[in-house]
Amino acid sequence: MTDFLFAAAGFVLAMVAVGLVRVLRGPGDADRMMAAQLLGSGGIAALLLGGAATGNGSVVDVSLTLALLAAFASIAFVKFAPFSADDSSES
Amino acid sequence: MIVDAVYAAPALLILSLGIYSTIVRDTFSATVGFIAYGLLLTVAWVQLHGVDVALTEAAIGGGLTGLLLVRASARLRPTEALARAEAPGGAMRLLAGLMAGGVFVVLAIAVLSLPDPAPTLAPQAAEHMASLGVGNPITAVLLAYRAMDTMLEAIVLLLALIGVWSLAPDRVWGGRPGPRYNADPEGILAFIARVLPPVGIIVGIYIFWIGADHPGGKFQGATIVAAMWLLTMMAGLADAPPINRRWVRILLVAGPAVFVAVGVAGALTAGAFLGYPEGWAKPLILVIEFALMPSLALTLGLIMAGTPERPAAP
Amino acid sequence: MSSLVDVFTYITIATGAFFFLAGTVGLLRFPDTLTRLHALTKADNLGLGLIVLGLLPQVDGVMNGLKLIAIWLLVLLSGADAGQLIARAARRTMRRAAPHREGPAGAAGSRSSAMEPTAKAGGQP
Repeated sequence: MTDFLFAAAGFVLAMVAVGLVRVLRGPGDADRMMAAQLLGSGGIAALLLGGAATGNGSVVDVSLTLALLAAFASIAFVKFAPFSADDSSES
Repeated sequence: MIVDAVYAAPALLILSLGIYSTIVRDTFSATVGFIAYGLLLTVAWVQLHGVDVALTEAAIGGGLTGLLLVRASARLRPTEALARAEAPGGAMRLLAGLMAGGVFVVLAIAVLSLPDPAPTLAPQAAEHMASLGVGNPITAVLLAYRAMDTMLEAIVLLLALIGVWSLAPDRVWGGRPGPRYNADPEGILAFIARVLPPVGIIVGIYIFWIGADHPGGKFQGATIVAAMWLLTMMAGLADAPPINRRWVRILLVAGPAVFVAVGVAGALTAGAFLGYPEGWAKPLILVIEFALMPSLALTLGLIMAGTPERPAAP
Repeated sequence: MSSLVDVFTYITIATGAFFFLAGTVGLLRFPDTLTRLHALTKADNLGLGLIVLGLLPQVDGVMNGLKLIAIWLLVLLSGADAGQLIARAARRTMRRAAPHREGPAGAAGSRSSAMEPTAKAGGQP
């Protein structure tokens, strides 16, 4: 069970890594804004799996905080991102 | 074997993200890379068994620093073309490379020559925790053994806030920080700014409360509460208060003032500044935490809200 | 009995990991920002939900189980919301890059954008 959970955590992290490469390369700022979302769901999954594997109960609180703050980061990105190269102000 | 791979993966990811953030030319992309790096550091801290630090990293490094950097990159947008046009000459690049290499060598020597096993005060810290009544050794260190550092840190945050305020133009001194944000009140941003903050505030208070015996504490809790407040501000549902209001200033100072008062009381009753008399440790720690948490949340929120840009309503 | 629960955990977590894989494949293969966003928010959130479901029998205490479910609901909510916001941002970028008439729904819907700060970021003298 422990090995399986560790393997699952590693797999999810690998998926996050591959996804990050694509997201950060994506043309346009909207693609890059997705990084916070990707890390939010992937990072939380990896944390929960790793925590269950090591028997560490407090990762649940870290995941809770991560969920809230990743959402906050996504919204901050959308609110303040410049939307095109030749536009220096919002809307 | 699998365990090693799982432990190595975040380290490799963090390294790559660090390189990406440094190399990429666009400021916004660098900011996104840096925030991703911060969120991944949370995983790394958990792996290193620093759960309290992981909580702080998620809260500050992921959320608040993200907001700060993204806003800064938005302001820098008009100058970016100009900045990109300047390219340093070969000599400058060589010098920069040499200095970076030098720092790397010094750091490598320092890390590799660390004594093993590392000298530690952990046993002494653990043996006195019972008399304090707290179960979390981090809280014991922060609020009992090194309470002085925590007090100074709270005051430093206050000074940082005053520094942010000092950037205000004269005519709006005392006014409201930041621009007035507007969002469609029926729209999505307003929706999540109504639904998320109540949950977030409960989580923040919960993390503050369990800090006594489990990873957590007032700083992480205050950061979460501040982030939720900033969310409502970004959606236009709440506005930053004018900084000349008396309640703002009283609330900001209340936390550090209580801390200093406890310290002086300790000097009178226990023989040392911030000393705790026998049996009074737990109640005093609670008093400090309860006073400091709202002040911290307000301080962090106001620092993130920015410099005053609008005059206070008369 | 506990081995039955373990089998449940194995199956759900494996399915959750599969959905993460599907989401990443979608991220890599889809041609458009909006479709990639769709892959990310739908598949990854479903993967997380299945992983949470699989971990529920393994945690000790009702409180931790409730926290797990709360985490998943939070991620779901914020994923849906942030997804919509990012999609509108992407629409705006695409519209600026290639201004052309969209369907009647597109043109009418664009006027009432969800969030537009009224003050410029660096506009103060």
